[in-house]
Amino acid sequence: MLEVRGLTKSFGALRATDGIDLDVREGETHAVIGPNGAGKTTFISQLAGNLLPDSGSVRFAGNDITRLSAPRRARMGLARSFQITSIYPEFNALDNVALAVQAHCGHSFRFWKPARGDRSLAEPAERVLQEVGLTDRRTVLAANLSHGEQRQLEVAMALATNPRLLLLDEPMAGMGTDESQRMIALLSRLKKTKTMILIEHDMDAVFRLADRISVLVYGRVIATGSPEAIRANEEVRRAYLGAD
Amino acid sequence: MTWTLVFEQLLNGVQLGVTLFLMAAGLTLVLGIMNLVNLAHGSLYMVGAYLAIAASQWTGSYAAGVVLGLAGTLLIGMIVEVVALRALYARDHLDQVLATFGLILFFNELVAMLWGRASVYAQLPAYLRGHVELFSGSSYPMVRMAVIVVGLLVAVLLWYVVTRTRLGMLIRAGASNRTMVAALGVNIRLLYTVVFGVGAALAGLAGLMAGPIYGVQPGMGELILIQVFVVIVIGGIGSVRGALVGALIVGIVDTLGRAFLKPMLSAMISPTAGDAAGPALASMLIYLLMAVVLALRPAGLFPARG
Amino acid sequence: MRSRLILWAIAVALLVALPPVMTALGQTFYIDLVRRIMILAIAAVSLNLILGYGGMVSFGHAAYLGIGAYAVGILAFYGVTSGWLQWALAVGASAIVAALIGAVSIRTSGIYFIMITLAFTQMLYYLGISLEEFGGDDGMRLKAKSQFSGLIDLGNPVSFYYLALALLLLAVLLVYRIVNSRFGMVLRAAKSNEARTRAIGFAPYPYRLAAFVIAGAMCGLAGALYANHTNYIVPGLMSWQQSGDIMFMVILGGMASTAGPVLGTFALLFVEELLKGWTEHWQVILGPLLVLSVIFFRRGLAGIFYKPDA
Repeated sequence: MLEVRGLTKSFGALRATDGIDLDVREGETHAVIGPNGAGKTTFISQLAGNLLPDSGSVRFAGNDITRLSAPRRARMGLARSFQITSIYPEFNALDNVALAVQAHCGHSFRFWKPARGDRSLAEPAERVLQEVGLTDRRTVLAANLSHGEQRQLEVAMALATNPRLLLLDEPMAGMGTDESQRMIALLSRLKKTKTMILIEHDMDAVFRLADRISVLVYGRVIATGSPEAIRANEEVRRAYLGAD
Repeated sequence: MTWTLVFEQLLNGVQLGVTLFLMAAGLTLVLGIMNLVNLAHGSLYMVGAYLAIAASQWTGSYAAGVVLGLAGTLLIGMIVEVVALRALYARDHLDQVLATFGLILFFNELVAMLWGRASVYAQLPAYLRGHVELFSGSSYPMVRMAVIVVGLLVAVLLWYVVTRTRLGMLIRAGASNRTMVAALGVNIRLLYTVVFGVGAALAGLAGLMAGPIYGVQPGMGELILIQVFVVIVIGGIGSVRGALVGALIVGIVDTLGRAFLKPMLSAMISPTAGDAAGPALASMLIYLLMAVVLALRPAGLFPARG
Repeated sequence: MRSRLILWAIAVALLVALPPVMTALGQTFYIDLVRRIMILAIAAVSLNLILGYGGMVSFGHAAYLGIGAYAVGILAFYGVTSGWLQWALAVGASAIVAALIGAVSIRTSGIYFIMITLAFTQMLYYLGISLEEFGGDDGMRLKAKSQFSGLIDLGNPVSFYYLALALLLLAVLLVYRIVNSRFGMVLRAAKSNEARTRAIGFAPYPYRLAAFVIAGAMCGLAGALYANHTNYIVPGLMSWQQSGDIMFMVILGGMASTAGPVLGTFALLFVEELLKGWTEHWQVILGPLLVLSVIFFRRGLAGIFYKPDA
């Protein structure tokens, strides 16, 4: 479903991503791990369209999307959640998700009918909220949600666009154990129907959820394989897993 | 249209450019380092002009008037910074625009209360009246030449300070990365006050030099301020070099445009075209220039931030 | 929601009752004053759409006041007094100019957007000054008020007042529906979090441009009304000082709220009238008042009455 070849991005003298090759098959959950500063977020940004690579290519479902804008890619079925929570703080949870639904539900140049009363937006939004477990909190302002709930909302908004590929950037960032367990449960459910790229530091989650893992160090992929293979890989242990 | 005329207008363009530079240097540093949009910068220009006239009338000496005018503008600038602007550093640009807009209303009216709404004219000393001979047959007003000379001297001085002194290094660092400079333990408040003070003094200098040429009246600051904004956008925010280049470009383009566009249109197309479109197009020239520069270089010609 | 409607109903009732009451008291001056306030409130309501809800700090909004006013004035100058034609041109020309200015400006953001909109309005201002036939710097008198096939006589102060009130309420309703529609939600989302908005699949540019055009057109209508109100059209209507005034009306009242711009306009212009009565140098007091209001009054007047629209 996703083919990345030679993806390179430099910021001045710093090579954030250095010739990354990566494949993601349909239906798989592919984790990307690596130490801080390895270039994981830069990588996801180039996949999602927030950054344009200096060289290399990204193919999605057979189409070359390397230079397409982020909104175009989103409409093609790529959905992203951000590492630093990026929601609409002054709207409530339902409105947040409804906006994501709206982006893929007909055109938005409608000026008169209130968006909030629109069942064709509210119903799918409520379904997504239920799936992530935020139904009870749907009328709460996003700014007033707990950190864990906001991370859930992040994932909900990515889900609500009915994506073919989910790009999740540290969905469990800053979560306590209970919340993490809930998120892992949610992602396990999603695994069955969605293709996902998951960036995470939480090794417990990674090894439970990932079908395959790629290890990123200093902007290069040093290993790709099944969780067992990665766990056993000497180079990976030295570079990253040792401390864990 | 003779070559002497063209050369004169070119000099006028440089003179306007230098005036714009004095204003733009302060404004671009304040915007780049403190992230503050200060619409009241034009008011400092006006205050400089008025204070210089008042001081020279009071002391009877033009030179004393200049010194006192500069000192007074510096003082008023610092007061404004402490009283009104400090509260605005943390606010967004919209709030800054509106608050400094309020300051403009205040200063314009204050000046009208003290000196009336009619234009006031400075009494120039003998050594600034009269003309300078450029080359055979052409003479240029002394006072305008003085503006060019002083302005270029200030530009050199600023260049020296910004590139060769520690203060200048802090200024350049602050313009390129404000938070980092603060994090390095530099006394940021002092730096801000110094930068603002320097900017205010430069604006005051521009005002008191421009006064004799353009006249002194309430609202004179706003007329030039828009051009200063165009200069900053073209030159790049936070860059003194950009301010100089931008100012000279804007000054020359604007002056030559106003002088020659109408006759050129009249000659090339028709006199009616010249009359109809000439003046309007000439006024719009620098804005068109700004639009073109922004289209090609969205961050200006010499952006301070990387 | 209920309490808001009640407040609105009270306000509208007061405004409707004003002309007969003031006529009876012999204070017809207030009919003219409130009419002027309501006309400018339409401009403020239009600016609130792009500034308050859209987050676009346009310093050139007064341009459309000028375009609308000059459309009426210039047509009247040439003997075209049909209000239908004049006002249609006022709205249409404003929309077109807004589309052109917006197409270029909206590609920028932040301080550049502020300055480029400022620059464009200055261009129009200079254009206005250079039009010698139409008074140049001094402006021109309106030859005749807009005629509406006998349906309404703008020469009658009270009829004109009620027309202005009706149009103001229409403008408020229109903006209210727009900001709560699908379109409005995207616009507000783009202001709230642009990265997130792009990530779900919206490119903000077309929405912002459309909002910019709608706001410009609405302000053009306000300009047409204003020309009929003052009977005199000056290039100063397009100056950046005028733009700043309108921005203040929006901010003072509270951005991103329905009543905000109306409250703000009333507040600002009433304070101006009050100060004008005390001293001819009223701006020396208004200036610092505005500075203080920006520094201390963050949510605006509407914030006092109720929470802003969520």
